[in-house]
Amino acid sequence: MTRPDHPVAVARKPKLGFLGAVPLTLLFLGLLIVPLVLTIVLSLRPYDYDLGVQAGWTLEQYIEIFTSSYTLTVFWRTLWISGLVTIICVLIGVPESYILSRMKAPWNSVFLLVILSPLLISLVVRAFGWSMLLNPMSPIGKLTQMMGLGSLLYTSAAVVIGLVHVMLPFMIIPVWTSLNKIDPQTVKAAYSLNASKWQAIKRVILPQATPGILSGSLIVFGLSTSAFAIPVLLGGGRSRMVSNSIYEQFMIDLNWPMGAALAILLLIMNLIIMMSYNQILERSYKRSLG
Amino acid sequence: MSFLQLNGLTKKFADITAVDSLSLDVEKGEFVSLLGPSGCGKTTTLQMIAGFVDVTAGSIVLDGRDITFAKSNERGLGIVFQTYALFPHMTVEKNVAFGLEMRKLSGSDIAARVKDALAMAQLEKFAHRYPRELSGGQRQRVALARALVIQPPVLLLDEPLSNLDANLREEMQFELRRIQQQIGTTTIMVTHDQAEALSVSDRVVVMREGKVIQIDEPYAMYENPATPFISRFVGKTNTFTVVLTSTSQGRQFDLDGHRITLAGEAEPPVGSGAGQALISLRPEKIVISRPGHGRFPGSVKNSFFLGNLWMYEVQTAFGLVTVSVINNHEQVFTVGENVSIDWHEDSLKVLAAEPAGDRRA
Repeated sequence: MTRPDHPVAVARKPKLGFLGAVPLTLLFLGLLIVPLVLTIVLSLRPYDYDLGVQAGWTLEQYIEIFTSSYTLTVFWRTLWISGLVTIICVLIGVPESYILSRMKAPWNSVFLLVILSPLLISLVVRAFGWSMLLNPMSPIGKLTQMMGLGSLLYTSAAVVIGLVHVMLPFMIIPVWTSLNKIDPQTVKAAYSLNASKWQAIKRVILPQATPGILSGSLIVFGLSTSAFAIPVLLGGGRSRMVSNSIYEQFMIDLNWPMGAALAILLLIMNLIIMMSYNQILERSYKRSLG
Repeated sequence: MSFLQLNGLTKKFADITAVDSLSLDVEKGEFVSLLGPSGCGKTTTLQMIAGFVDVTAGSIVLDGRDITFAKSNERGLGIVFQTYALFPHMTVEKNVAFGLEMRKLSGSDIAARVKDALAMAQLEKFAHRYPRELSGGQRQRVALARALVIQPPVLLLDEPLSNLDANLREEMQFELRRIQQQIGTTTIMVTHDQAEALSVSDRVVVMREGKVIQIDEPYAMYENPATPFISRFVGKTNTFTVVLTSTSQGRQFDLDGHRITLAGEAEPPVGSGAGQALISLRPEKIVISRPGHGRFPGSVKNSFFLGNLWMYEVQTAFGLVTVSVINNHEQVFTVGENVSIDWHEDSLKVLAAEPAGDRRA
């Protein structure tokens, strides 16, 4: 700075900095912290079917969830469907991103658009598309029936298929980004050291793309556990996930404390899984890849 | 037969000829540098030897085996990349071990050879660090250790020192030479830095626009550049155009009222027997002194202090002449001072006429 430090300017600086943070802090408090606290409080209120939400404190909702085999089944289903969707997204998304990263201009941008285009179409429209494809009258429905699989529509399989379709871009984008960051010379270096093509992919390319795969997995898993429309439209009543149960408690049973408790438990489950996953990521890649 | 032979090596990209019929024989244990400005085809040549770029025409023969069409991972050459290309997710030790693991050596063999390579490159302390935790010079040494641990028949260096700062670059030049001589690996280095090429190589190949212009030992290259381009590219030089006449005493020309006879009976370059010729004179071969001491008067236009050298630009009757003097506490001249310059006639070199457009370089 060419201007000499002015005492007033020095004194004013911290205040201004604080003011700059105020709008976002208010937004954060108002839209995240307050509703979250209200939800926690609500989940601890007693509920009476005739009188509605009561004053006082109780753990009744939580006890009911942990003792009801039905809600536990829903939680378990949410967990395995999300896990399976994540795994399938890795298996499809990683090779797809690799191919995309190897494409030359202009094809790389064309195909990136193709991959992202599903995001431009309403989720409901895509779900109905799949239900038309999977229903027993459609060619695919007839094929699966011939194969002895029965109709896939309104099964967990349909939910998995639908979710993979929706989630794939969220896997491909981070993986593609981390593949693009790889110095192509490192691949040449691997070849010069006698690595085969497969060894170069396995030992040099994939490990460098791992941070992208891990963050893609986090996004896909997180979004899948809270999926709502796809399980309703493709899973029918038989393959409901936690979000559907929450909706049902709030809107149909009008048991708000129960809905709130389910929501809090889903949040805690997600937090535990994602934070431990992130821990693994941090530990093994922080030092080498930054 | 030479250890590595490049025979009429040519690479065409669409309508551009990047490398034009390059032939070079490299002896076992030799250190050869490919020197040239960017875009001269030196890197493409290296890439063809490495197998990363397909050869359009010509052949590459290594130790009697034609490897022109061998895949890069079948050639077994050691390569040090310009950006080092270390594997960022592996420790120094794992980086060095990679090539040995790909060759399916036993674990104990790998451990022993990695240990030796790290010792040679003075990296023992850093074995468990990741590349991003190393300095540029250390990364460079890891890259070298990784390329040499596989005991390659030929080591290829692609601008290996260009990413280092000046001091470190000089240090690494000697380090590179020491390691190369200790192991005796045949080495080909690509560089655009003439000082680097001169200081470490057994032979220097100067390239330009895809063609080899001169292949020589560093001293010979510096003292007897074949063309004006080389005289300017390899080191600094003063050039002046003169009219040569052949006489019984040898070839002569007039300069600022003095008749100068060229020394030596060396084969005159083509087209320089008589008539117009270009004379090259290195700045360090000129003696600068007080007026009257030398044959040619002039005045100092500019002076640059380079630490070990003083560089003067002296205005004379035949143009601006660059003179360099070792900084040894003797006479220092100031800008505007009248001086005189002189030289030994042996220092004058006649350059071959160059093709049109050459002078731009």
